Amino acid sequence: MLQLFDFEKPIAELEQKITELQKFSADKEIDLSQEIAILEKKAASLKMEIYGNLEPWQKVQIARHSERPNFYDYVPLLFEDFIELKGDRLFADDHSIAGGIALFRGTPVTVVAQVKGKGTKENIKRNFGMPHPEGYRKALRLMDQAEKFGRPILTFIDTPGAACDLAAEERGQGEAIARCLLAMAGYHVPVISTVIGEGGSGGALALGVGNVVLMLDNSFYSVIAPESCASILWKDTTKAKEAADALKFTAQDLLRLGVVDEVVSEPLGGAHKNLKHTAEGVSAAISKYLVRLRSETPQVLRENRYQKLRAIGVYQEITKNL
Amino acid sequence: MFKDIFKKTKYVTIQPAQVPRHSPSETSPPQTTLSKKELPDSLWAKCPKCGEVLFNKDLEKNARVCTKCEYHFRISARGRLTLLVDEDSFEEWDAELLTIDPLEFPGYEGKLREAHEKSGTTEGVLTGLAKIEGISVVLAFNEANFMMGSMGSVVGEKIVRAIERAIDLSLPVVIFSTSGGARMQEGILSLYQMAKTSAALGKLADKHLLYISVLTDPTFGGVTASYASLGDILIAEPNALIGFTGPRVIMQTMRQELPTGAQTAEFNQEHGLIDLIVQRAQMRSVLARLLRYHQEGAQYAATV
Repeated sequence: MLQLFDFEKPIAELEQKITELQKFSADKEIDLSQEIAILEKKAASLKMEIYGNLEPWQKVQIARHSERPNFYDYVPLLFEDFIELKGDRLFADDHSIAGGIALFRGTPVTVVAQVKGKGTKENIKRNFGMPHPEGYRKALRLMDQAEKFGRPILTFIDTPGAACDLAAEERGQGEAIARCLLAMAGYHVPVISTVIGEGGSGGALALGVGNVVLMLDNSFYSVIAPESCASILWKDTTKAKEAADALKFTAQDLLRLGVVDEVVSEPLGGAHKNLKHTAEGVSAAISKYLVRLRSETPQVLRENRYQKLRAIGVYQEITKNL
Repeated sequence: MFKDIFKKTKYVTIQPAQVPRHSPSETSPPQTTLSKKELPDSLWAKCPKCGEVLFNKDLEKNARVCTKCEYHFRISARGRLTLLVDEDSFEEWDAELLTIDPLEFPGYEGKLREAHEKSGTTEGVLTGLAKIEGISVVLAFNEANFMMGSMGSVVGEKIVRAIERAIDLSLPVVIFSTSGGARMQEGILSLYQMAKTSAALGKLADKHLLYISVLTDPTFGGVTASYASLGDILIAEPNALIGFTGPRVIMQTMRQELPTGAQTAEFNQEHGLIDLIVQRAQMRSVLARLLRYHQEGAQYAATV
């Protein structure tokens, strides 16, 4: 049974009624096709109304849905081949970050992604998609190799945030993330980052320094989790909905703020309703930008990425009267 | 399982003597047994490490370091500047950059006003050019009294402009970080200042120019995870708390209580994360020596 949110219940109820009516009509051999057609039309418009106008907090719920496709779900739909490569060569292999070499529409690319698990057992293995320093160091190792061999880099962002425990502190979580930021900013190869679920703060950004940043319609990308923000602002984690409004972290907000280049649409109700359709959209968007980026020289790619970062920020500058 | 044999799961933490977990901010001394009436903020301060009650005047004279146990209190950006650079050598940059409220975030304007009144400055970082023992250097100091030195658009922009000017002038950079991290109230714009400052430091490194990062109490979150950790040389002040996630958040989310002394400068050094711990009184001379020994760098860059 799929996880169902409160705001989806009117749709589910209507759909159930339609199913009942269809069954009734079949059992009793009564023609109810007109009534069913009316209800189906109503269901379609209700879906448009509800899913087409999702509030930020509802998008957070969809982005965190237990059935939300993770990186491994996309792999067979995006790539003709994928060879996973493991370990940071320093400490361990982190299961919350996956990476390797893939074939994307015939082009070898380096892929790095944060991965949440499906179900409790896998989530424990993957630390709920919260990478430790060794995860970021694995990502860095693989991306450095892409730079060495001139391969484009595709990153996929889906994490509640970087691991926040004693072990992460002891092994230098801050330094591990900072090294990724520095390195990504300096690469001469195309870098495309796609937010496919949760974009949780610095832990997400560590894979987010792309020439192009794409975002799925129902993903979010924020400096802080809405619950933590509510706890700081109002000392009340139940006000996460209000915090979600305040933080302006939806794909549409980020497009407006110049951080995201394109919003990739999802099927009504979220990516989990139709993975294939979602993956086709992601693939088409990546392909479009990859073609564009590959026509640039390495120097231009690097400088354009720098100028893109350079332009992020809003402030006021008072001109001095001389 | 075999892999468990090789996987280190327990860690020994070497605890420095009696280092307090929470250090006080400059303007709000820690809770003491004495009532506020008996211990007015403006006159006295109590050392959170040894408990000595100090005249604020004496504390200021001693660079806000406890005269008895050498505990390092927090100090303002201007205070630090005065201790560090040659007299009258400082030229401030970009003071005209002002913060706006791009997300119309609840309560942000009020917070900015408060911070302005409390600190007497316009933002969470002071940048400029100065000399240390005659050597020109580009400097940045986070201001703890301005929203705990948190990084929003202006802090990121000022740091990047300072680094870019250092590149133009072929000068080294020293940044003193004191920060709670990325500033929540500017959302994603704050987050990307981490990438922006790191990118600028990459350009500085391309030119073989030295960057020294000095981590002071406290340095956390998005600042630890960007410019503060990217120094060629990482220096910390004694007893400074440095980390990625703050102890309270670790407690709340992981239900994990950190051992005493975790996240101090000494803990970070023990775990291989910083190069050296330098007393405030020695900072100027240590920086001068390091700057002097790197003066060949810019010329070298032209030959390789």
